[in-house]
Amino acid sequence: MAEPKPLSREEYAASRLQHHFVSMAQQRDASTLAMWVFLVTEILFFGGFFLTYTVYRWQDPVGFAHASQHMDIVLGTVNTAVLIISSLTMAMAVHSAATGRRKALLGYLSLTILLGFAFLGIKAVEYTDHIEHHLFPGPSFHFPGPDKPAAQMFFSLYFGMTGLHALHMIIGIGIVGTLLVMAWRGRFTPEYHSPIEVTGLYWHFVDIVWIFLFPLLYLIGRHLK
Amino acid sequence: MSAELTPPRLDETPPRASYLTAGYGVKSWLLTRDHKRIALLYLASITFFFFLGGLFALLIRLELLTPEGDLVQPETYNKLFTMHGIVMVFFFLIPSIPAVLGNFFIPMMIGAKDLAFPRLNLLSWYIYMIGGLFTLWAVVHGGVDTGWTFYAPFSTVSSSSHVIPAALGIFITGFSSILTGLNFIVTIHTMRAPGMTWFRLPLFVWSHYATSLIFVLGTPVIAVTILLVALERVLHLGFFDPALGGDPVLFQHLFWFYSHPAVYIMVLPAMGVVSEIVPTFARKSVFGYRFVAYASVAIAVLGFLVWGHHMFVSGQSVYAGLFFSLLSFCVAIPSAVKVFNWTATMYKGSISWRTPMLYAFGFVGLFTIGGLTGLFLATLGVDVHVHDTYFIIAHFHYIMVGGAIMGYLGGIHYWWPKMSGKMYPEGLAKFAAFVVFVGFNLTFFPQFIVGYLGMPRRYHSYPPEFQVLNVMSTAGASILGFGYVLPLAYLFWSMRYGKDASSNPWGATGLEWRTPSPPPTENFPVTPVVDWEPYEYRPKTEVAAVG
Amino acid sequence: MSDATGAHAGGGDPVRHGAMTEHIVSPRIYLAVFAILILMTGTTTAVSFVDLGPWNTVVALAIAVFKATLVVLFFMHIKYSRPLMRIVIFGGLFWLAILLLLTLSDFMTRGWLPVFQRFEP
Repeated sequence: MAEPKPLSREEYAASRLQHHFVSMAQQRDASTLAMWVFLVTEILFFGGFFLTYTVYRWQDPVGFAHASQHMDIVLGTVNTAVLIISSLTMAMAVHSAATGRRKALLGYLSLTILLGFAFLGIKAVEYTDHIEHHLFPGPSFHFPGPDKPAAQMFFSLYFGMTGLHALHMIIGIGIVGTLLVMAWRGRFTPEYHSPIEVTGLYWHFVDIVWIFLFPLLYLIGRHLK
Repeated sequence: MSAELTPPRLDETPPRASYLTAGYGVKSWLLTRDHKRIALLYLASITFFFFLGGLFALLIRLELLTPEGDLVQPETYNKLFTMHGIVMVFFFLIPSIPAVLGNFFIPMMIGAKDLAFPRLNLLSWYIYMIGGLFTLWAVVHGGVDTGWTFYAPFSTVSSSSHVIPAALGIFITGFSSILTGLNFIVTIHTMRAPGMTWFRLPLFVWSHYATSLIFVLGTPVIAVTILLVALERVLHLGFFDPALGGDPVLFQHLFWFYSHPAVYIMVLPAMGVVSEIVPTFARKSVFGYRFVAYASVAIAVLGFLVWGHHMFVSGQSVYAGLFFSLLSFCVAIPSAVKVFNWTATMYKGSISWRTPMLYAFGFVGLFTIGGLTGLFLATLGVDVHVHDTYFIIAHFHYIMVGGAIMGYLGGIHYWWPKMSGKMYPEGLAKFAAFVVFVGFNLTFFPQFIVGYLGMPRRYHSYPPEFQVLNVMSTAGASILGFGYVLPLAYLFWSMRYGKDASSNPWGATGLEWRTPSPPPTENFPVTPVVDWEPYEYRPKTEVAAVG
Repeated sequence: MSDATGAHAGGGDPVRHGAMTEHIVSPRIYLAVFAILILMTGTTTAVSFVDLGPWNTVVALAIAVFKATLVVLFFMHIKYSRPLMRIVIFGGLFWLAILLLLTLSDFMTRGWLPVFQRFEP
């Protein structure tokens, strides 16, 4: 069997065009629109949690503030910064793909994955800390003072919201990892890199969710001390 | 032409190349990316769930034949109506028209070769099946007794039935809805053929666009609601249980934010089907095309503003109740626009009484009754009287069965020649449509009366004075059941013995009728270029083609 | 499959086929946005230690909205993409607002009627 002749860049891009699309632009447009529509479903998915949070915080704002004082603000701020850096590296990865710099693309994708793991690591430290202090809701939940019911609700929401966010991070890391392998094999060209682009959109969205979780969970009771 | 060189042999007709003959093995179906084949996969699976849900309904009606609770235990009865609701709502009604007819015909109606994401389309069928298997598992292992609404804290604390597997099944199936809706939205935006502008789209496509909006915007909220229920039930994180500081009414808000619009997921596609059938068999252009198109989107939007009318007696604030009551009346406006426009389309048309048209007539009448009784229920004071009675049951079955299933059956009959390439026996089909209509009304009209008289829903026994009406209802249900088995039988029969269908047996104008029946895998031999307006029916001239 | 010609600019959207070119954002803009985001993170943490009464939440959320807007506009290229994508985002936010506001219309008005005031032991 003879080795197949290597494709030129244009031929390769054309080979990536699926049969039911007319042009690469149409195919790209479809996948970008699809990702945005998907992100809208994600807005409403997290929206259920944000609604629950709003209702219960409105019912007992002081209790929520007192519960929030048990969060580690240093770790929270650092983690926010970690996610923002990872958004920068993801944006740079898309840029590298669009300008056809494969080595830079590989570097930025790897950095994004590392930062994703760093975020999850810090989150794990925080979780361990909370569980050791009996702040996981349930029979072993312990919170001194009259704010126990509100605090239990706060920590239910905290674990629910950050857990769901962490799950999105894990999925994101998995997708970026797949892209890294594909980029390693030279699958992306300036003409064809929409998988990186739409994954970037997803990654930034997960970052935005955290941008809201951070003030709502970490910062509400700081000035009370 | 090669036909002149080699004359066709008389003893064999050459097989027509179509999506049905593109491959024969099991693999060619289970790994297909052709939207038409995926539509048929959905058709087979939702038919299964329809008859499973129907079986539960049958058992419910049998129990209610007599006032005493004699056939099943109260707990079993709870499980029966729960499983009937879950299977019918999540596994039949919601996917029915979009996943079968929408999947098959949206790409064809807009002149595309496929949906924008064929693999995602296949994936959504597999997701649907996995969700279905979880729910079946729950059925086989003893069922769920919470009602299809999963109200907390009963579902999160008290119920000892299989809440989690059933809820997981619905959660998973939700992703199938989301992917289908996403696929439709992107397809309608990016895949239209040259010249197919927004206002040349068939109204079926418009109504599916509106439906997809609900899929995409509503389904994630039911997903997160189920997630919250699961977290409370499994990990004892408190969200809704008052013992843990939660508020059960919050669950109802989250649940109905999706589940009220879900009713429009069921009925909007049926409206789309009727909007196709009526002009075809009245030989007239749709009256007020743009109004019907906008009304679909208006129903999708307004449908999201009314959910609180399910909670008038649940401890919701009276002020919110007033507000939701007012907004609920607003949905009647676009719905009425549609009914008036269909009626005006039929006015002075040359109507032919074919099977799809019979279903369309049935739809318009029954939907109107269902819609108007909905206004009774949107009225705060009346709702307090009839809440949780059989009046509600009758009302929403007029929408879901009288509306959605009539539309579904009408659509199946309308497009069957295109999907299968065969004609069904017309006389038998008309008879079945008649049986369904009679059976339906006999089943559900008495329930309006018995509900108004005060018979509550979800009990397996009732006072003896309600028996006459309940016997009528049960008798109607058996007629209805027979009416549903008939199409199953003769449509199967027609696949083998039916007459071959021409490419356009009804003389309709849509793009899907300008390609052979059954269509080739790529839908059109060449990409069509659209330079005509929708529904350009000229009265009388093409009547001969219809017969 | 061979009908991929330029004449295929069909449908209603003029930007559908071929007309849309990708806008490549300069890394300098990315760095500037990144710097503002980090600065804002520091600011929101610092401000949370100052007692502003009810304004603490308002400021924190305003900063979060500002940060999110920057990410959407620049990192997610919305500043450079077609209007449809913006409509999609506004649609999502509008429906989120429906979910929040209509539900809160219940919770916030429950105490208005004296009969339904919460039970205080």
